[in-house]
Amino acid sequence: MSTTIDVMGKTTGATSSAELAEQRHSRATVGDFTSPDARMVCRDVDVWYGSKQAIKGVSLDIGKHEVVSMIGPSGCGKSTFLRCLNRMNDTIEGCRVAGSIRLDGQEIYDKGLDPVPLRARVGMVFQKPNPFPKSIYENVAYGPRIHGLTNNKAELDELVETSLTRAGLWNEVKDRLDQPGTGLSGGQQQRLCIARTIAVSPEVILMDEPCSALDPIATAIVEELIDELRANYSIAIVTHSMQQAARVSQRTAYFHLGDLIEVGETNRIFTSPQHKLTEDYITGRFG
Amino acid sequence: MYAWTLILLLLALMALAYHFGRRRAVAGAGGVAQIKTLHSLPAYYGLYAALWAGIPAVLLMGLWIGAQDQIITSLVTASLPTELVEGQSAGRVGLLVNDIKNLATGNIVSTSVTPEIQAAADQYLRLERLSDRAMWLAVLALAVGGMAFAWRRTEPRMRARNRVESIVMVIMIVFSSIAIMTTLGIVLSVLFESLLFFQRVSPLEFFFGVDWSPQIALRADQVGASGAFGAVPLFSGTLMVSVIAMLVAVPIGLMSAIYLSEYAPRNVRAVAKPVIEVLAGIPTVVYGFFAALTVAPLVRDLGAAIGLEVASESALAAGMVMGIMIIPFVSSLSDDVINAVPQSMRDGSYALGATQSETIRRVIVPAALPGIVGGILLAVSRAIGETMIVVMAAGLAANLTANPLDSVTTVTVQIVTLLTGDQEFDSAKTLAAFALGLTLFLVTLTLNVIALSIVRKYREQYE
Repeated sequence: MSTTIDVMGKTTGATSSAELAEQRHSRATVGDFTSPDARMVCRDVDVWYGSKQAIKGVSLDIGKHEVVSMIGPSGCGKSTFLRCLNRMNDTIEGCRVAGSIRLDGQEIYDKGLDPVPLRARVGMVFQKPNPFPKSIYENVAYGPRIHGLTNNKAELDELVETSLTRAGLWNEVKDRLDQPGTGLSGGQQQRLCIARTIAVSPEVILMDEPCSALDPIATAIVEELIDELRANYSIAIVTHSMQQAARVSQRTAYFHLGDLIEVGETNRIFTSPQHKLTEDYITGRFG
Repeated sequence: MYAWTLILLLLALMALAYHFGRRRAVAGAGGVAQIKTLHSLPAYYGLYAALWAGIPAVLLMGLWIGAQDQIITSLVTASLPTELVEGQSAGRVGLLVNDIKNLATGNIVSTSVTPEIQAAADQYLRLERLSDRAMWLAVLALAVGGMAFAWRRTEPRMRARNRVESIVMVIMIVFSSIAIMTTLGIVLSVLFESLLFFQRVSPLEFFFGVDWSPQIALRADQVGASGAFGAVPLFSGTLMVSVIAMLVAVPIGLMSAIYLSEYAPRNVRAVAKPVIEVLAGIPTVVYGFFAALTVAPLVRDLGAAIGLEVASESALAAGMVMGIMIIPFVSSLSDDVINAVPQSMRDGSYALGATQSETIRRVIVPAALPGIVGGILLAVSRAIGETMIVVMAAGLAANLTANPLDSVTTVTVQIVTLLTGDQEFDSAKTLAAFALGLTLFLVTLTLNVIALSIVRKYREQYE
């Protein structure tokens, strides 16, 4: 954090074009990217796909019991950054990550660290609901089964029930747990995926545009759920909807072409953005 | 006066019809400037005329050529002197007619040429020439007539495009029904021959008898020709060879498919997949002598080394080689369906902290299972119908045994032996081949139907 210049307080209205250009190319992030009670600490993260750099020196904390939203135009690197947090990028050929990402003080890109248990601690919900072609019950029981979290059927039943309840889906599916999860509606599928994720009791949940394939009503239900989940988990959410970011998150980070441009309290970002690019994006001038 | 000259002439007439039809349509519209008043584009009027000129003429020509020989032959036969035909069997008369035809076309004749036969041959030639000329006239007249008909019908309001398109559709229906009718024809011919067989040998004996010895006694005192048609040993032999083949092909094919689609680096996959698929391109006859000359002795020697008695044409050797042949079916189809499982399934599993092998075992293979089962059943029907390998590597002796080291025979091998060489086509022995073929066909058909229904059931469930 010491390497990054804090330019908070700088007004954006009167910036000259030279200053603006410099600002656009500087790696400096406007606003405070740290969190007083951080679960994950990322510093100077660079990501390359082959020879193309997708993320340039991003530093950001994700605190306990908070929702951090990441916004920005398509291709700005927000999803790439999110996928670094549980090393999902490992599966992409030619992807290289540099910098430091720590979970509870432990470096997750450490050579000796196995990404498999990490992903049980940092769960992920995807853009498109992707329930397995199994029954609703089996979808939720999948994670606990492979990690051996329960000792017997009764415990597993209970875990499935609590997970589905927390995901707000229990009442809708309790009579048809043996039906295929793929037969649910889009919103129910996404909540099933959330239930599946929390069944392995992660510390952090990453959400990659979790509502972009859902209708407004299903979106409202999932957003309410995200707010409730904050009590137990740290949540990082990538979204294209600024209203959604404003509704669900406590802090917002604005990405642009691989740079983290500005980060801060969600309220402040949306009411008084300090960087020209942030302001342009939020006021709908591009993006 | 060759038929293809006539066809070329017809094509030229069609081109002419196209030209005139088009011109008449344009003229009827009132020149190129008024072309918009035509119902269809001018080319359609041309095509309409060309089709009218061509299709009836070609149909007539086909019918004529098809019927010509039969009509001429019956005319010639009728005009033969009665003493040559009277009291002769149909077969004898057929031979005589054959001689006449051979004489007419300048082939070798089996009997001495009598004046009567020479006269008949001359008549045959004369009639043929006459028929040929008549056909030319009739066909060309019909083509010109069709052209004239189309010419008269052509006027700007005629819906030429719709008519041409419906004619083209009819042509396509005819062609597609040729494929269907051929299949139907094969099935029916096999069915009827099988019925003939079942008139001589009861289905009960055929399907449940355990004694297969299709040699029929030609003389009453002939030894070793009992003529028993119990096909159970053939079924069991086929089953055993197929099971051995599947035991080889399914694990190897499935494992290599999983390795190639999930683990293999891109460059390994780029080389290995085509190489495996080369196996499918090896002619089965090559597999056959590989099995007979390399694998079978190897299996026998290995068996001898550990004190087992292995027949030199063991079911094991044939089955193993057949399994190798089938590997690409299983691996290629499985590879396709595994690749078709969306990446989001893998991501979802990895994001829950599953390892790659857990993901493959618990998510990918179950999701791909319908396709894999379909591929395996397809391979089974291929194994049951496979002929060349078993002809060379499996035996001829119809042993009813459960020992894979014994020699067995299969349905396909027996069909080959029953039908190769000079055969009389009305004995139970030959007809038995049709009954076996029908059984084989029914089994593979059933397998395919089951495979399809399994695939469909899972698809409904998982989409």
